[in-house]
Amino acid sequence: MSKLAENIKKLDPGKKESPFLHTLFDGFFTFLFTPNHTTDESGVHVRDGMDLKRTMIHVVLAMQACYLFGTYNIGHQHFVAIGEYTGFLEGIHLKLAYGLVKLLPIFIVANVVGLAIEFWFAAKKGHGIEEGYLVSGALIPLIMPPDIPLWILAISVAFAVIIGKEAFGGTGMNILNVALLCRAFIFFAYPTTISGDEAWVAGLEGFAAGSPVDYSWWQTGFFNGIFENLGWATYNASAVVVDGYSGATPLILAANGNSFAAEGTLAAAGGWEAVTSVYSPLQMFWGAIPGSIGESCKPLIIVGILILLSSKIASWRIMLSMFLGMMFTGMIMNAMGTSPFMTVPWYYHIYMGSFLFAMAFMATDPVTASSTNTGKWFYGFFIGMVGMIVRVWNPAYPEGWMLAILFMNVFAPLIDHMVLDANISRRLKRAKKSVAESVSVEQTMVEKVH
Amino acid sequence: MKNGLIRLTLIITAVAISLPLQAQTGQYGSSLLITVLAAIVVLLILGAVTLVGENVVSMEAQKAGVDEEVNMGIFPSVNELFAPKVPAHAAGKGAKVFTKGFELDLVGDADNQIQDIHVKTFALQPTDYRGNAPIPKVVVNEGDSVKAGDVIYYDKSNPDVKYVAPVSGEYIKLNRGAKRAIIELVFLADKEQQYKKFAAPDLDKTNREAVKSFMLESGAWTLLRQRPFNVVADPKLTPKNIFVSSFDSAPLSPNLNLAVAGRGDDLNAGLEALGYLTSGNVYLGLNAGDESIAAEFANAENCVKKYFMGKHPAGNVGVQIHHTAPIGSGDTVFTVNLQDVLTIGNLFLEGVWDTTKLVALTGSEFKNQTHVRTKSGANIGDLISGNLTNDNARVLSGDVLTGKKKTADQFLNVWDDQVTSLEEGDYYEMFGWILPQHGRPSLSPTFFKFGDTKFKADTNMHGERRAFVMSGQYEDVLPMDIYPQHLMKAILANDFEQMEGLGIYELVEEDIAICEFVCTSKQPLQKILRDGLDYVQEQM
Repeated sequence: MSKLAENIKKLDPGKKESPFLHTLFDGFFTFLFTPNHTTDESGVHVRDGMDLKRTMIHVVLAMQACYLFGTYNIGHQHFVAIGEYTGFLEGIHLKLAYGLVKLLPIFIVANVVGLAIEFWFAAKKGHGIEEGYLVSGALIPLIMPPDIPLWILAISVAFAVIIGKEAFGGTGMNILNVALLCRAFIFFAYPTTISGDEAWVAGLEGFAAGSPVDYSWWQTGFFNGIFENLGWATYNASAVVVDGYSGATPLILAANGNSFAAEGTLAAAGGWEAVTSVYSPLQMFWGAIPGSIGESCKPLIIVGILILLSSKIASWRIMLSMFLGMMFTGMIMNAMGTSPFMTVPWYYHIYMGSFLFAMAFMATDPVTASSTNTGKWFYGFFIGMVGMIVRVWNPAYPEGWMLAILFMNVFAPLIDHMVLDANISRRLKRAKKSVAESVSVEQTMVEKVH
Repeated sequence: MKNGLIRLTLIITAVAISLPLQAQTGQYGSSLLITVLAAIVVLLILGAVTLVGENVVSMEAQKAGVDEEVNMGIFPSVNELFAPKVPAHAAGKGAKVFTKGFELDLVGDADNQIQDIHVKTFALQPTDYRGNAPIPKVVVNEGDSVKAGDVIYYDKSNPDVKYVAPVSGEYIKLNRGAKRAIIELVFLADKEQQYKKFAAPDLDKTNREAVKSFMLESGAWTLLRQRPFNVVADPKLTPKNIFVSSFDSAPLSPNLNLAVAGRGDDLNAGLEALGYLTSGNVYLGLNAGDESIAAEFANAENCVKKYFMGKHPAGNVGVQIHHTAPIGSGDTVFTVNLQDVLTIGNLFLEGVWDTTKLVALTGSEFKNQTHVRTKSGANIGDLISGNLTNDNARVLSGDVLTGKKKTADQFLNVWDDQVTSLEEGDYYEMFGWILPQHGRPSLSPTFFKFGDTKFKADTNMHGERRAFVMSGQYEDVLPMDIYPQHLMKAILANDFEQMEGLGIYELVEEDIAICEFVCTSKQPLQKILRDGLDYVQEQM
């Protein structure tokens, strides 16, 4: 193994000759091989097997199931809209192929843009490529709507990495969660691509009944050619959106009601009835609903949570306290119950929208979260509270976790400051007490000794 | 107070859980809201009454002289419910049980045998003693023959503290290091040891000044270390307390029960002598988790015994100080290693400077892992001769967390009673970030560990240095009310007030060594802490 490593090491273009290529080489080499560095002459001589690469890779592994489901669900939602293969397991090859055509470019753009910036900065600063973007680059595609224009994605990734991270000093130094910052940038700069009824289902020219589908060469040429040869069903380029289809997510329904429902069937606009008139709770739980690419399937997110918790990579304190914060606020809202959305029982908020995804992968980012254990309780609890407030009491935008987490990212240093201050004053108090004691002890000890 | 908070949280959670049960009965009920609010108020009042009641009880208990550590409340404390049971020998003695800490299970523990070993050369190493100038005043000449206990050198800024020969024999060599600093004064030991005869004061009828001047003159003072900063003790200061830990919890550490066996008198005399130096107490930290604790420890006199139980660093004197009488700004305490207490006790009883101590030879690369009897500053090469099985091994004076790398012609550091061997880890590992080739000790559950597996560790870094990313790791392994990561950041930022506030005085390198081990970002915490300590000391 070492021989192979040393032969590959010979390909290193050299730090002096070409800093950028060296950084690039070093990045890939350390990805292939853990380097042969040994510990110093003093200090600890044995190091824990865990390093940042391994940590980050485990987070990425924990969200792989979401990728799989997300790919399929992009296709599934598209076919539900045009009324073909509406059963979840019908037309599997069409849905998967469709999802891949949508998801792969998003993944490639998010990672190529982000990593290129990361590499360039690493070369500029003359240190190795750090692993932080591995997780951001895996998270960003999962929190995008499937039809996001790639140029918008590229701009927002560049913004998030340069302003959100490199400007602060790179991995470990950023204040705001990079993936969420990327999403927030799109949210404020190009709001129509990421909010409203019509952003969450891919490949339609419009959402009114009878709007045609929007297929590219991939569907009509490439995949139809393959599928025809195999004798499988093909994409139907003349399909249209069916009657009464909205594409709205459960949260939109809860906030604004179901405008597509037959007249007279629903008295109240919004609330739980409006949601269940379109989606059953089970459907929301299993995730076959429109939404961001990776957030819809709750069981798979729970698998991710279990991976993160059992490997102790994510903080259980943040997850638990965020859950408690959500629960507490939800209950208060239930008790007040002055608007239809507020009467939605708090436990349904767990699987409407992206609460679980945000809890598992976003709030627990160790760099932007509170770094003290006590602080984590407050940090998580307030995310839960603020997220619910934004979700339920905000008339324009019925999802709150992105904004809540970014908001609390900003406050995390303040929470830590207060926790540390408490520690400092505890120590001061103890010192005062011990000075007072030692005065009285001094006399008794002298007596004892003589 | 902390228990009170926990209880209050429990109450609030109970209210919160009961809410939905009531919430489902009414759809838009405002009367429901009032009921819930009323319930919360009632519970808060009840909680407050309980809290006040408990505090009154504990205040009365304190006045009556009941130990603070005994729980006087009506509810059991969290510790009482979940902490592991203390073995019978330490039950009811207020043992502190630490749930934080980490045990590196390494192969190569020393067996409980003691071998005598022939070591030809010994050295006095001025660099072992922190806080002295790099070039001390040496009062002997090369070729002189000395007795054990003869003065060899003193520090010019502190001439009262005499550094004496650890063995009798010929003073053969003075080795210099960087900037001409004296690093080793080497002695060729006599076959038959000669001891300088001291007239020790009778410990039953003497006073502080007599004890102190005797210790200064005989070299015993150099075995005292002063915290904060872990420097040579200042004779002008009266320490608040003196601390001795009777067990070493570091990986592969020597069994100090063997060292004290049959030396109970030395232990008691040493502790009594130390008692003359402090205005407070001499505390002896005992291992509550050790079922076979030496009777000499359990019956030690002239000290206040404190029981501790837990994983490493429970045996570190710094941790024990933190849980006994923490060091505040302006405080000074002395610490003494256990085997050095025996040396001091022996000096007072016999009047000779006999630095005989047990040293454990441990680690995977030795043929025999055992305890050997030798003297302070023994030559490493002589200690391990014929024992090393691997050419590509690293030999340490000390344990794997705090030791110093040594070559065969170097010497055991004066504070160490352990020589550890480790394989050098200068290999590449393919896809190490996902597939480790063999088991290794780790805090992370992503490395599977089956039962009592012991690991053969090596010196590979297992990754590259990064900025601080993960949080809460250090706190998980350090049983102290300290935020190591924030302290490190304060040191890196040269923020004096923050360092002081976050408790830099309570720490020395060995206390945070376990944090450095678990650090995902591979930061050199001990070095950072030492820089911080030096900086703070400069400012004072």
